[in-house]
Amino acid sequence: MSPLRSVRLGPGADLAGFRAACRSLIAAGVPPEAVGWTEAREPGLFGAAGDESGPPLRLPRAVADLVPAVLPHRDPERHALLYRLIWRVGAGERHLLEVASDPLVHRLLRMRKAVGRDLHKMHAFLRFRRVPGAGARETFAAWFEPDHHILEAAAPFFVARFPAFDWSILTPDGSAHWDGAALVFGPPGRREDVPADDPFEDGWCHYYATTFNPARTNPAAMRAEMPKKYWRNLPEAAAIPALVRGAQGRVAAMIEREPVLPAKRVPARALAAMAEQEPDSLDALNAVIRRSEPLVPGATQAVLGEGPVGAAIAFVGEQPGDQEDLQGRPFVGPAGRLLTRAMAEAGLDRDAAYLTNAVKHFKFEQRGKRRIHQSPTAGEVSHYRWWLDRELAFVAPRLVVALGATAVLALTGRPIPVTRARGPAEFPGRPFRGFVTVHPSYLLRLPDEARDEAYVAFVDDLRRVRATAGTLTV
Amino acid sequence: MSHLVTMDDALKTKLGILADAAKYDASCASSGAPKRRAAKDGLGSTTGAGICHAYTPDGRCVSLLKILLTNYCLFDCAYCVNRRSSNVRRAAFTVEEVVTLTVEFYKRNTIEGLFLSSGIIRSPDHTMERMIRVAKTLRQKHGFRGYIHLKTIPEASPWLIEQAGLFADRLSINLELPSEASLERLAPEKDGAAIETAMGQMRERIAEAKEERRRFSPAGQSTQVIVGADATTDEALIRKSAALYDRHDLKRVYYSAFSPIPDGTAILPLKAPPLQREHRLYQADWLLRYYAFTPDDVAQAAEGGMLALDIDPKLAFALKHRERFPVDVNTADRELLLRVPGLGVRAVDRIVAARRHARLRLDDVARLTSGLKRARPFLVAADYTPGGLGDRLDLRTRLAEPPQQLSLFG
Repeated sequence: MSPLRSVRLGPGADLAGFRAACRSLIAAGVPPEAVGWTEAREPGLFGAAGDESGPPLRLPRAVADLVPAVLPHRDPERHALLYRLIWRVGAGERHLLEVASDPLVHRLLRMRKAVGRDLHKMHAFLRFRRVPGAGARETFAAWFEPDHHILEAAAPFFVARFPAFDWSILTPDGSAHWDGAALVFGPPGRREDVPADDPFEDGWCHYYATTFNPARTNPAAMRAEMPKKYWRNLPEAAAIPALVRGAQGRVAAMIEREPVLPAKRVPARALAAMAEQEPDSLDALNAVIRRSEPLVPGATQAVLGEGPVGAAIAFVGEQPGDQEDLQGRPFVGPAGRLLTRAMAEAGLDRDAAYLTNAVKHFKFEQRGKRRIHQSPTAGEVSHYRWWLDRELAFVAPRLVVALGATAVLALTGRPIPVTRARGPAEFPGRPFRGFVTVHPSYLLRLPDEARDEAYVAFVDDLRRVRATAGTLTV
Repeated sequence: MSHLVTMDDALKTKLGILADAAKYDASCASSGAPKRRAAKDGLGSTTGAGICHAYTPDGRCVSLLKILLTNYCLFDCAYCVNRRSSNVRRAAFTVEEVVTLTVEFYKRNTIEGLFLSSGIIRSPDHTMERMIRVAKTLRQKHGFRGYIHLKTIPEASPWLIEQAGLFADRLSINLELPSEASLERLAPEKDGAAIETAMGQMRERIAEAKEERRRFSPAGQSTQVIVGADATTDEALIRKSAALYDRHDLKRVYYSAFSPIPDGTAILPLKAPPLQREHRLYQADWLLRYYAFTPDDVAQAAEGGMLALDIDPKLAFALKHRERFPVDVNTADRELLLRVPGLGVRAVDRIVAARRHARLRLDDVARLTSGLKRARPFLVAADYTPGGLGDRLDLRTRLAEPPQQLSLFG
């Protein structure tokens, strides 16, 4: 029988100390029954175990994860239990943790669960109060009494959630402080160090009392999730006894009262007006579009269609570009100027046509000072189709020209390559004739030698558009 | 600007009216959002699983500030306390007031975020636009990254429903009543087809955004059905839910036992259904989603379309199919183990993991589940068989829960 080895660790969840102790114990082959574990009450009064360290332990991932999750537990046997687990795993039971029915594993898993629940409840039930007149930054403070040594594990949650104001969390075991830059842990605090009141607390308690439904009173279910031990630090809990006492009377009163005579309220005009919320003109529709949120953030403004209602021909492009976004008008950038020139050559009057885009907001990627155009996704195109459909219904053109693949997608709901659909087209279910050609920005991207030829073909398309539109009667 | 440093009495009164008006909505979940943390000068985070910051004496979780923007309403839905012919006190928040309450309550760590709904004022579009403005202000002006659930108005224009998804974590449209006939009778301004169309539209947008890695209602959509306001059976409700999960990819269907409301109306039943019925519906819903039960299986667990109140639906199914039991915990497939009453998904997974390394005895199973009493007649372990227990005619009586007091007056 080997003599008892005594290991003294720091208070609370001393992970570093425990890890060092395990390494040296395993290296020396000390079995679990030969180790006595004690915990110092104050930090800094221990260290005997850490002196002689061994090589790092090679533990299965699940075991390595379990150790820091169990160490915060207040059970004084936690070190002995964890060391027993590590010993058994090292002695050949590599999969021990998967055997949740093993009494040791079962107990450790329950401890982990208790620590996890304690953490969760601290995140849930801690209440901040505003510290009045503290400084330029807003300052809040909270008092909380956790069951286990979880302050250090719990604090990062509050940093992620409340980085923009200063806060302190005080507990009987220690405190945590955030100043916008660093999280610092300090000595235990006192309940009296937190303000006794807060300007929104009364309102919160009022909300809590109001949101309770007396017809469903079930205090046992409440206590299962919010045990009484938490109540003294929850301002809203003070109302619980009165809410429960008064519930039966409130419900009885409600049932006695009913049924009541309904108020005679048939606001015929309001109801009729409600039914007419659909925009009833192009201007009304444009007002809706103008105040709507861009689907992808960044655009300066919505770019609306332009041209006379009743135009014989409507052109549908892809989406506004950099220039269009800044000026708030369609087809005013380089591609727009090219389109205007080609229309003129084909004998089409730009002012007599209606020009618009499938998508109403500019989408781009910022590269240095330049905003690089990005094509809309299929999902974005379908987001905007509601407006395009209504817009074309108001303008009621005889012929709609789809410029490029995005316009084709918007008008047909299907991705069809322009090369295959180019020329006169049917857009199923639409009251107008269709024509498909390339988007003028496509021409701008071609190398010089190819561009001239492509431009001629584009102008040719526009001549056919003109001819087709001319044959269509109103 | 929302630099209110304290709440005045007028705001407190409004809060009382508009929280009272919102509390009949069962959903309060703050789960399903992707994990987020606040920017350096922002506010709020999400954890994925959601947090309940308090529980009221009805046992329900308080996770979100659940309020109406206004309880003035043009609709006249009989089950709703806010219908236009009701005599309740009315109030309306401004957009800024809702934003302030959300931000200030959030800073005190009392909520995970906002659940905003509204009565219909002026028009569905007008109402929806104001709700969107609340969410947008929170996100853009306050850098708020907490949870936002918007109750969508199905009668609003489709583009507004789609814009709501830009700022919300979850969107929901309440079905309220499971049949077209009931809707017509109890909610004359509502239209069942429009509700389902809007759900379908939302499903498409959510799926597209996921594919294109855009942010659009990342926690999906949910709905609520009122139980006990019409004659719909449990079986019909579960079949409806299964269809909704299937067609519109809903995250949750909430069942809300119709509850007596102040200023009730004569066309509603006078008596609330037992809360236990709602509880059994949730259990059956759970069986659909996590235990591979089909709606037909649930129908078999029911009698005349209604689930038993004294035993859970899984036990009811097992009692009707005793020929399938007992199953051996050391050898049975996972699917079969999931059918054993008293064994939850987690217990089954632990059994399956543990039995690879050890033969499980009844003591071992006892450490893996808290439902051993119900499970015993239906399973075999290394040192245990139920013998005649599983065939006893009084098994149901032995396993039934003592009449539970889920409500003080139910």
